[in-house]
Amino acid sequence: MKREIPLAITFIVGTIFAVAYFIPHYPFNQFENWFNDWFAIVAAFAIWLGALNLIRISAMKIFRKKVDILHSSLIILSFLIMVFFGFYDGFSGLIADPPFSYRDAGTGFDWLYEYVYSSLSATMFALLAFFVASASYRAFRARNFEATLLLLAGFLVMLGRVPVGDLLTQWLPRDYQLSQWANWIMNVPNIAGQRAIMIGIALGLVSTSLRIILGLERAYLGGD
Amino acid sequence: MSTRAKEVIATILIVAFFLSAYFFFPKPLNFSPTVSTIIIIIMALTFVIIGILTVRGRFIERRIVFVYVGVALTLPFFMQFDLAVPISPEVQSAYDELTKLPPGSKILAAFDYDPPSEPELQPMADAFMTYCFTHNIEVIIMGLWPQGPQQANQAIEAAFEAKPELRDKITYGVDYVNLGFQSGNEFVILRMGESFKAMFPADIYGTPYDSIPILKNVKNYSNIDYCMNFSAGKPGTQEWVQGAVDRFALRMSAGNTAVQAPMIYPFLQAGQIDGLMGGMAGAAEFEKLTGYTGKASTYIKSQSFAHIVVIVFIIVGNMAFLRGKTRKQR
Repeated sequence: MKREIPLAITFIVGTIFAVAYFIPHYPFNQFENWFNDWFAIVAAFAIWLGALNLIRISAMKIFRKKVDILHSSLIILSFLIMVFFGFYDGFSGLIADPPFSYRDAGTGFDWLYEYVYSSLSATMFALLAFFVASASYRAFRARNFEATLLLLAGFLVMLGRVPVGDLLTQWLPRDYQLSQWANWIMNVPNIAGQRAIMIGIALGLVSTSLRIILGLERAYLGGD
Repeated sequence: MSTRAKEVIATILIVAFFLSAYFFFPKPLNFSPTVSTIIIIIMALTFVIIGILTVRGRFIERRIVFVYVGVALTLPFFMQFDLAVPISPEVQSAYDELTKLPPGSKILAAFDYDPPSEPELQPMADAFMTYCFTHNIEVIIMGLWPQGPQQANQAIEAAFEAKPELRDKITYGVDYVNLGFQSGNEFVILRMGESFKAMFPADIYGTPYDSIPILKNVKNYSNIDYCMNFSAGKPGTQEWVQGAVDRFALRMSAGNTAVQAPMIYPFLQAGQIDGLMGGMAGAAEFEKLTGYTGKASTYIKSQSFAHIVVIVFIIVGNMAFLRGKTRKQR
């Protein structure tokens, strides 16, 4: 039964979703609404699961494996601090008059979010710029025709998407300035490539979904 | 000296430099055009030296590349110059659709991003929120990313800071509402096609859906005049197009990170979305159109400089590669 029940649920839900897309009327629309509600509930539990798993793994590293003790402790400490301020500000806001949210400006949670979390996250993401530059210098080579095309397209888009591109080519007629070249690349070759990828992904999704709904693909159940 | 020691010394020097700059440099620190030109010429000359070294087979260290990118990103903050931002058709189209909305229109603003994408998407959100508030467009905020509603709050604060008179004019619950985050990704979008209330029974303050004036006649997408999605990934614009635009005929424009924007162009060309703001450039263009002077107008200068630096490094690297190739052929 451990396998049959999940297979039955998958078949029923998958079939109803597929049918409801083409026949959005009673009773299929009602079923679809129920399943959508259920998905939101299950997804909410998944967030809790993720948070608890993070704590469990970090705690195991500290107490059992004795590795990355500093980083793992920081993770747990940061998590607990955010949770504390979230709950504290949340409950304070509910009983206050007028009520406020823990997300409102001026709360401890908002302060931590804006001045610690936001800054650190943006910094981590910004590091990409440095690594991209270094990798481009060492590895982005015109080794063959395709790579040269990619390189040229990259040049045109990188310069054309920023104002300096038009500044460098302002002596040219408007239609030949770099921003126009960048627009053309984004609107013609880019779209052609993206559509090809999207159609490929969609076909793959349809076939995989059908295999899952029909019970032919069972890897998601785990085990053998 | 070990690498570790060098790194510690470099970190101490950088921190010391910024601390001394904070306490001793005049504020705001602005270079005159002459100083700016000299700095640019010096950078160009050092690039020539790097080019010669690289062609001779001596690749410069990774850390020197980092320094150049860092300098290229920070210098424009202190330079006095303006760059004319050309408006792309997709951003123009997004703005045109907004201008067609009469006062009192209801717009659904989906904030589907988090702080790592803030530098690109927040300026768009700030300009958008300011535009809506100044044009009496009612905004219903929601997020499919947990941090989205918080980013929306920052956009609201930015609008109030840009135009302080809005603080008294705009009322929560009447002119805008923040419904918060709902888990469930694209299923939330699908369910909202039937009922907003089913997914958001209360706003972020716990006020019941039916008690919020702005939501009085809002049951589902058919009661929404327009949608603006700020997205940094999944769930994002693609899911909104598939779930709300295609199935429920919702009209929308989108603001995306530069990485994600190319994937959204097919939807734009097919007419599934009206307009698209891509990355920092899109944000700067939108700011220019809305007349909002925000961060993107400044950041785009740094991005321009950084792009030039990256391109120069690629050219230098390829010069060395081609020279090596020619030598091998000989």
